[in-house]
Amino acid sequence: MSSLDTAARIEKGSAPANPKSSGKPWRLSGDSLFHTAARLAAFLVVATLFATVIAIALDSWLSIKTFGVWNFLKSSEWNPVTSTFGAFPFIIGTLVSSAIAMLLAVPISFGTALFISEIAPYWMRRPIAGAVELLAAIPSIVYGLWGLVVFAPVFGQIEPWISNTFGVIPGVGVLFQGPPMGIGMLTAGVILAIMILPYISSVMRDVFMAVPWSLRESAYAMGCTTWEVAWHIMLPYTRTAVIGGMFLGLGRALGETMAVTFVIGNSNVLSSSLLMPGATIPSVLANEFTEATSRLYLSSLIYLGLILIAVTLVVRFLAVLLVRRLANREGASS
Amino acid sequence: MRRTSNGRSVRLLWGVGLALTIAMVCSVSAYASNGFTGAGSTWVYPLLAKWSSAYQGSTGIQVNYQSIGSGGGIAQIKAGTVAFGASDMPLKPEELHAAGLIQFPTAVAGEDLIYNVPGIGPLQLVLSGPLVAQIYLGKVTHWNDPAIAKLNPGVHLPSTYITVVHRADGSGTTFTFANYLSKVSPEWSQRVGANTSVAWPTGIGGKGNEGVASYVQRIPGSIGYVEFAYILENHLNGARMINADGKIVAPSLQGFQDASAHVDWKHAQDFYVILTNQAGPNTWPISGCTWEIMRKSAARDSNQDVMRFFAWGFEHGQQLAQAISFGPLPSSTVTAIKAYWKKNLGYSL
Repeated sequence: MSSLDTAARIEKGSAPANPKSSGKPWRLSGDSLFHTAARLAAFLVVATLFATVIAIALDSWLSIKTFGVWNFLKSSEWNPVTSTFGAFPFIIGTLVSSAIAMLLAVPISFGTALFISEIAPYWMRRPIAGAVELLAAIPSIVYGLWGLVVFAPVFGQIEPWISNTFGVIPGVGVLFQGPPMGIGMLTAGVILAIMILPYISSVMRDVFMAVPWSLRESAYAMGCTTWEVAWHIMLPYTRTAVIGGMFLGLGRALGETMAVTFVIGNSNVLSSSLLMPGATIPSVLANEFTEATSRLYLSSLIYLGLILIAVTLVVRFLAVLLVRRLANREGASS
Repeated sequence: MRRTSNGRSVRLLWGVGLALTIAMVCSVSAYASNGFTGAGSTWVYPLLAKWSSAYQGSTGIQVNYQSIGSGGGIAQIKAGTVAFGASDMPLKPEELHAAGLIQFPTAVAGEDLIYNVPGIGPLQLVLSGPLVAQIYLGKVTHWNDPAIAKLNPGVHLPSTYITVVHRADGSGTTFTFANYLSKVSPEWSQRVGANTSVAWPTGIGGKGNEGVASYVQRIPGSIGYVEFAYILENHLNGARMINADGKIVAPSLQGFQDASAHVDWKHAQDFYVILTNQAGPNTWPISGCTWEIMRKSAARDSNQDVMRFFAWGFEHGQQLAQAISFGPLPSSTVTAIKAYWKKNLGYSL
């Protein structure tokens, strides 16, 4: 903050010294035009955000009034015929599919980033990093179609093995039971994991590269293995940035629409098994928005959108809290 | 000094912005004056696209149709931003009157059940409405269920589990299908009902006809419902159905038109009739229709533009419609629509 203020003060001080703006007030100086444009751009972004939230809140007002907040959140009934709406299965679906994606994507991203920054020979690093980043350039509809046409049939062949192996474990077994359809919550989670992997791994790679060589080399000199250097030196050094990268991926997973809609199976009935179909807030919006014919129906869909914004904000808030707590602990320990 | 120049530049920016906005608004209205715009149903889009390009060829008037979905179409026509809206689900007469709207049908079409049962080819399987309702309620769960075997003597039915596939997105196809099941199954009508999207008791949802079809082709033992045109194009396994007269029929354009021929359109208020489960020996039971909506209070010129376009389509667009598996309305229905326009708007073409 303080450095920003100083910068602003310096700018203000230098502005009147500009001969063009002081000499001929009727002529526009490039500098002040740039200032105004930058200010306008920043203001526009913030105004758009607020306007969007206000518009969404206004449009969902009918549904908020009808169902209330708590009832809407906990009700599992989503029935356009009787105009009764509840968000519970979709909130759970959004959180569960994103959680699966994170569970799969974070370790793989860590491995990829570590390989690129530490293990791979130099000539191999750029091509691999480029290939991983290329994953982020694929449009989500392509992931969806690929998931439906290529991945789901293959996954359907693996699913009997999954339910035979994990389905018999007491306690967690219930998560892996059901007919092998190849689509469902688990498939959606896997596709999401592939989609968010480049975001997490490129942040991790960048910050791993930024770890001072002196730190790594002294650790290696003391006889540390690559794993020990990664786990005890690089990860603690880059912790806040790594968590930031993870939440960037999570934010994307929570809001992903098209790819999920294709492979999640789109069932509004909540199921205990990850192999069974489910739905997320974005997938329901994508599916039902265009043909929502009654006002309450439309309003409830927009209400779902409002809840998605709230979920994202809560996740964001938790991320900031986590980073701050870690930073505090680091400060206390050193 | 700086403040002045700053204020000036802000004013200049506002000015530029305003000029751009005005330019944009002008160009949009200039574009619109060459023809008129409609919005709504995605289902009717292929038909209106064909009609409008042929109509432009013969009259020079451009009809710009945006397939934003029935819900959007209804909202747009209520707001008066388009000349007509299109919906796959008719509005109830009271809702029409309250909003000052009128509606009329455009074309008929149908849908059928598709299945993936090893060893059973296209049109080999026979289903009835109540049986389909039982399957979609999750009551009949295996292909060798006695209820299915009874309708299919001589067909070898495996003991495979039935995976029910439905549309995930809101659609007129779902409305027609659920409406049919409501008519033939009291339990369906009580527990589920009909709308563009319903609370499915069981099954998985595919997006669009292509989503449902790809699930059905992929999952052995599955059953789904898709538009007839889509079955024809992709050579899918469609079922035969037992219609309201108790006859076994295969889906066909003629069957959809028979369904509309058995409706007394003249006496149906605001054409509020659903074509499912109509009488007639050759009638296809899951036939549907799409509706156009207009505003009574819209400018006379604008409404007449719309009326002229659809009157042209009813008369000259029949072959175009048939080529893409839309059934043209019988001439008696077209006469009834023209009388309806005259009666409700106070003027004709």
